[in-house]
Amino acid sequence: MTSPKPHTHHTHGSEALRADGIVKRFGSVEALSGVGMHVSFGEMLGILGDNGAGKSTLLKILTGFHQPDAGTIHVNGQQQTLNSVDRARSLGIECVYQDLALVNGLSIYHNMFLNRELVRSGPFRLLNHRAMRQRAMDALADIGVNIPNVDQEVGRLSGGQRQAIAVARAVHSDARILLLDEPLAAMGAREAGQIISLIERLKARGDIAIVMIAHNYAQTLEVCDRVMLMQHGTVTYESHAAETSPAELLEIVRREYREMRGG
Amino acid sequence: MDLALRPEASVVLVALVLVVYFEMTANNFLTDANLQTLSQFVAAPVILACGEIMLLICREIDLSVGQVFALAPFVMEKAYNAGLPVVGAIVAALIVCALVGLVIGLITVHLNVPSFITTLGMFFLITGITLTISRGFPADTPNAGVLNNILGGWGYAEFLWALGLVAVMHTVLRHTRWGLHTIATGGNAIAAAEAGINIDRIKIGNFIITSTLGGFCGILEAFRIGSTDPLAGGSNIMFLGVASGVIGGTAIAGGTGTIIGGLVGGIVLGILQDGFTLQGINAFMFDTIIGGAILLAMIANIQMARWRGMRPQ
Repeated sequence: MTSPKPHTHHTHGSEALRADGIVKRFGSVEALSGVGMHVSFGEMLGILGDNGAGKSTLLKILTGFHQPDAGTIHVNGQQQTLNSVDRARSLGIECVYQDLALVNGLSIYHNMFLNRELVRSGPFRLLNHRAMRQRAMDALADIGVNIPNVDQEVGRLSGGQRQAIAVARAVHSDARILLLDEPLAAMGAREAGQIISLIERLKARGDIAIVMIAHNYAQTLEVCDRVMLMQHGTVTYESHAAETSPAELLEIVRREYREMRGG
Repeated sequence: MDLALRPEASVVLVALVLVVYFEMTANNFLTDANLQTLSQFVAAPVILACGEIMLLICREIDLSVGQVFALAPFVMEKAYNAGLPVVGAIVAALIVCALVGLVIGLITVHLNVPSFITTLGMFFLITGITLTISRGFPADTPNAGVLNNILGGWGYAEFLWALGLVAVMHTVLRHTRWGLHTIATGGNAIAAAEAGINIDRIKIGNFIITSTLGGFCGILEAFRIGSTDPLAGGSNIMFLGVASGVIGGTAIAGGTGTIIGGLVGGIVLGILQDGFTLQGINAFMFDTIIGGAILLAMIANIQMARWRGMRPQ
């Protein structure tokens, strides 16, 4: 696990991530036509939109998985080319997927240290289970996730617990720009509530910027500071969460459907 | 962890029940002579299981390990006759086996041929090679004095090797990054790759481990018996190895498995074979009974695992 680095730029309110004029084409289809977004440390941005609106494409550009055909990206105020997932990760950008991230057959602490395992000194480099167990417990306690036994197999956990583990792993590995892909999807109200309070604790630290992709307008407005609505590869609406409502967002989408039907 | 909740617990129970049953119904079950025979039944499947379990965990299989088992003693004999000392001849044979594993791994991983098919091809290919270089005649095992006893000549030698290899492979699986990454590769290849694990390397490495263990096992058998038939091993010994792993609790679907379970699974298979032989079961009925017993043992094992899974944590 990486040692703590000085986070001189990660001060509350300073800009963490900014994208301007992002264009992405797949063959003749333009998935993104000039999209901009920005998020600061201590802030949470919600990106709403229907399937095919371009949310996932934007996310994959921000994680370095796709490269844009045009546009610029600034991380910590400096222009960067995110030409690989590793590059984005080295800049502190980490995407948390609900189901893809964890290995069911392994324990919680093994998952949290996957490919960054602690080993004992000596020729055989045997795993240091005790140290990993302890650090995993500390890391979870640090962000207020209550899991009594880190020896439990991840496959036996609920969706909410798995999400919490994935988030904890990202934060513990020094990610300071968290991209959450549908973190509340397929989750009951109580579990969603636990994840929301986890996200709020992370936000309150002030040194983490969070971008969340979601479907649910009410939930997103509840947890995010700002929201933007994407339609057909462009940002059609942007607002502080406190200054809009699910009804207003719904009306914008409804208007679009009416136009599409030629009404 | 609660001992009764370990995945190996149910198959240990099956083994104990079988021991009690055969001790009560067959004469001479728990005698030194019979335990020696039993240990020889058990050793080879257990050693092969150590490799197959690693492969099953990362969602692969090696059907040709029984062929490598037969090939290794002939390579050793050729190397010995060419002037290498016995230990050098053994090392040469193991290198050839490791290369076979490397080829299987490269074809499977880089040419995207399912390992079931790659190793099915290897199965026939290596059979042909062994028959060709042996011209169909058995090979005498080199005489190396005390080394012969250590390498299988002494009654329990092969079983002790099996126990030692189980200890090593258990440590590799549970206490090294290699083992953890093997489980991650089979459990969730996308997550493993996302975390930066080179899953191709893990798979190829486990093919090499399996072939090398298979060859070493064939060499141990050669020292125990004193000669090797070109048709030794084969699919029978390979399936006993895979069955030992699966009976011991390794999932054929990958992602979980236990080496210790493979040891106990091999012991269960050995007890069944040995026990029924002592009881004097009709030779024609033998395989039928063994097959039924394997099914029964598996059903009991899976039912107990289900019962275990339902218990509150």
